Amino acid sequence: MNSLLTIFLGMVLINNFILSKFLGLCPFFGVSKKLTNAISMGTAVTLVMVIASVATSIIHKYILIPYDVEFMNIIIYILVIAALVQIVEIVIKRTNITLYNALGIYLPLITTNCAVLGVTLINAQNNYSLMQSIISALGGGLGFTLILIIMSAIREKNELADTPKSMRGLPIAFIIASLLSLAFMGFNGLL
Amino acid sequence: MMEIEEKFTAKRFWKEIAKGIVLTNPVFVLVLGLCPTLAVTTSVDNALGMGAGVIFVLLGSNIIISLIRKITPNMVRIPVFIVVIAAFVTILSLLFEAYIPPLYESLGIYLPLIVVNCIILGRAEVFASKNPVLLSMADGIGVGLGFTVSLIIISFLREVLGTGSLQIFGKKLFAIPVLSQSPLTIFIMPPGAFIVIALLMALFKLLGVLKNE
Repeated sequence: MNSLLTIFLGMVLINNFILSKFLGLCPFFGVSKKLTNAISMGTAVTLVMVIASVATSIIHKYILIPYDVEFMNIIIYILVIAALVQIVEIVIKRTNITLYNALGIYLPLITTNCAVLGVTLINAQNNYSLMQSIISALGGGLGFTLILIIMSAIREKNELADTPKSMRGLPIAFIIASLLSLAFMGFNGLL
Repeated sequence: MMEIEEKFTAKRFWKEIAKGIVLTNPVFVLVLGLCPTLAVTTSVDNALGMGAGVIFVLLGSNIIISLIRKITPNMVRIPVFIVVIAAFVTILSLLFEAYIPPLYESLGIYLPLIVVNCIILGRAEVFASKNPVLLSMADGIGVGLGFTVSLIIISFLREVLGTGSLQIFGKKLFAIPVLSQSPLTIFIMPPGAFIVIALLMALFKLLGVLKNE
């Protein structure tokens, strides 16, 4: 139990995907301009991360290891993630049209989001069990969502500020990310 | 993008390479492939390793995708591209693990993550799937070099500021007297990566603004 909590907190605060591992930066800078978009994107990523972690950790344990083809994990994982994203999209479309409209355009983008492939590779690298994989994916996804929400709130305010011409847009967003990353380094001593 | 298959000439080959490095620099101009750019630029060694890896994968996948461009059904082209790219990344990661284990260790999960580097899939979709083999090769080398040059610039600044000295392949090239005793360690940590790339992007933007005026 203790180790699960350690994994969870580690993924949310200390090894945060965006601020310390630099994973999923494209959607981070792409959709962090508005708070509502940030929440939708975060939810979609967390959902796909958890499902992908379950699928890949089962495949890793029952197919890749018994047949001694662990080196194939990159190809297998990316195919599993691409297929899962399609399935999740179809299921959500059929069952919950409101959710589909909210997440719709973000789902296809997730296939090439390195955070999703990243979490499955981290799980495999650390030999996490099924439960540990789920917790680490959940932590990673929530950490991603948290930073996306904080960032979008700051950027909404920042729109009103008078920024020098050459710093407008991405450069200032990177500076904000840098300060956030500095703040989150304070959590390093937590565990 | 309506790119008609152009005739191959040596001039066009070099033009394609130069375009990738300067005009369509993947990092500073197109802002693609950010994750590895920030993650592996803690030292020039890592940047060189990552750059070499990306050039290898980009070249290989561009060649194969260009070769099969006429027999790939349009509907399934993206999955086909991804499988080709993933195959090259697997080859690369096995090669690194066998021949350069220290680099393999320090690149960690960012090596397999080359699969989802948007630069590679982007070039496959925009260029290699529409152009003949030799031009696609040139494009792969050009964009790969552009990416590597950007990585080297960022990692040079981060390593020099963050450690006060520069090491390439384990050999110390120079050390700055005061800085190496009390280095600005923040630059080799995550916040430093964000600051360096923010300032470099602002610089590129400023140059663009000055040029237009």
